Amino acid sequence: MSALAPLEVRGLTKHFARVHAVDDVSFELRPGTVTALVGESGSGKSTVARLLARLHDPSSGSVLFEGDDVARVRRRRDVLRYRSQVQLIFQDPFDSLNPVKTVRHHIERPLRIHKIVPSRQVEERVHELLRTVGLVPPHEIAAKYPHELSGGQRQRVALARVLAVEPKVILADEPTSMLDVSIRIGILNLMTRLKQEHDIAFLFVTHGLASARYIADDVLVMYAGQIVESGPIEEVLAAPLHPYTRLLLAAVPDPAKRLQADHIEERKGLAGAAVDPADGCRFVSRCPLAIDVCSRVTPALVEARPHQSARCHVTAPERTL
Amino acid sequence: MTALMEAPVETRTSAPALLELHGLTVEYGRARAVDGVDLTVHEGEILGLAGESGCGKTTIANAVMRILRPPGRISGGSVVFRGEDLVGKSDEEMRQFRWRNVSMVFQSAMNALNPVMRVGDQFVDAMRAHERIDRKRALAQAEELLELVGIDRDRIRAYPHQLSGGMRQRVIIAIALALNPELIVLDEPTTALDVVVQREIMQQVEALKRDFGFAVLFITHDVSLLLEFADRIAIMYAGEVVESASAQKLGADPQHPYTQGLLQSFPPLSGPLERLTGIPGSPPDLRNPPSGCRFHPRCPHCKPENGSLYLRQTTERPVLRQIAQGHEVACHLVEERRA
Repeated sequence: MSALAPLEVRGLTKHFARVHAVDDVSFELRPGTVTALVGESGSGKSTVARLLARLHDPSSGSVLFEGDDVARVRRRRDVLRYRSQVQLIFQDPFDSLNPVKTVRHHIERPLRIHKIVPSRQVEERVHELLRTVGLVPPHEIAAKYPHELSGGQRQRVALARVLAVEPKVILADEPTSMLDVSIRIGILNLMTRLKQEHDIAFLFVTHGLASARYIADDVLVMYAGQIVESGPIEEVLAAPLHPYTRLLLAAVPDPAKRLQADHIEERKGLAGAAVDPADGCRFVSRCPLAIDVCSRVTPALVEARPHQSARCHVTAPERTL
Repeated sequence: MTALMEAPVETRTSAPALLELHGLTVEYGRARAVDGVDLTVHEGEILGLAGESGCGKTTIANAVMRILRPPGRISGGSVVFRGEDLVGKSDEEMRQFRWRNVSMVFQSAMNALNPVMRVGDQFVDAMRAHERIDRKRALAQAEELLELVGIDRDRIRAYPHQLSGGMRQRVIIAIALALNPELIVLDEPTTALDVVVQREIMQQVEALKRDFGFAVLFITHDVSLLLEFADRIAIMYAGEVVESASAQKLGADPQHPYTQGLLQSFPPLSGPLERLTGIPGSPPDLRNPPSGCRFHPRCPHCKPENGSLYLRQTTERPVLRQIAQGHEVACHLVEERRA
């Protein structure tokens, strides 16, 4: 926890009309660390990534990049600097690449726009980046068009393009969910290597707990716009505090499970976005542990074990003096 | 809400065959997407069909339903349903056959609902296309079906946009059940959904299967899901079935190096974390498949120093052979080890 956080999020909130997509979210991303942000569709996890990428303006709260509040940055030069230092990778690598441009074009562009290397070194750097992400031989790959590449190769091009600007932070929004399982591991291994060798701070948005465990150091579990649990991933998965984290864990396919035939609790309420949320815990209608207070008082994120916090009256009660 | 009854795991390989593919071959121009596949779905079982994108698993589903898009065509083999070959049937015969005998839920089927029609009317349309039934009775049945898949009866008046992705997917499954088919083909039915919804839908399919007794051909790239929910699993690679076995057997004792690679592509949720390698390389171009075993360019056991084995791997196509009761593998290495 000693390394300076390049990106720190404080009380980040985004409302789309009555929908509280992101509510009072705080965390920090540290260099050389992968932080997984997990939750189901509609939990607000992608909105967090988009807020950090400045694709949306927050309703309130702040995003501090090396100490400066990004939401308030308006000068073109500063915006450009932030955009190059904090990069976003999308789910579908086909959508994010221009079908009529070669791989070379995609990687050259950021090098030239952000003037990373002198013109005469551009080609050499393109090849070097392609080698870094495991696309060899680079001169052949560079001449290809997106449709000539597999999904995994396209995601590697997306990573090479992002690395071109030497970012400090990479926001990866479900980067492997469109890929075949056999290809996913390769991308996850690549992200692990990049985090180690380039000291990048990763935010890894995913709904896959197993892939989160494979590469992440810390985890943030989101439900209906709020972080309901956070901590070191091994500890959270070994002993989850929040009932929602437990539900997510139980839902992961597990061949051993069929022998026990343990069906998980059927949900009663509807998951997802919080529309005009009332006071109380947002998980209350689906929670097997709910007690009286849960539907009246919104639980706070409480550090119930060292470094492990949860938003739950039952498993992480606030200490009353 | 349907009661989710716990039942012992059954393997019904002894049940009579419902759907049999014999040497099924499908071509798209010069590419053989499916190449000589033999596959049997027995009554009341869940057969999982798994493999990477482009391995031909969806093409098999489309061939069974006879909804291949040109230039795709069945160029060889047969698709036998209850002893009747479907390949020679006319379009009208096939139209009758679909839905009544077999229904299919497509990948991202939740987008298959008509956005400007109420849910109830979509049931009525499907039912009346296949049987004489008055609107009122069809709607009453639709309400029951919705309840079966865990959706409130009054949602019959909802429009698709008023339902979540998971609910739309359940509606599609309910419509697929409407004519009480004997076989339901599910093509990646939960891939676009998150794990909690995915599990709920799979548990519902399992419960409905037990109540109605239909068989399921379940197509997915997620073997971990099949290990938990399927009775038997067939693994496809580059247009061929390379291994098939009961889910328990395949999970515990995979024989084909490709199956082993697939299973090793899932990081574990508990226990020690090791660095995984997945499967290096990518699937071959089916217009020009590798000689010999199609997996050999990616196979960790295919090395020139292996002499005669290497020669067989690179020149001779392995055939699917039974190595134990109900366990078939197409691999030279497995064959030589057993010899």
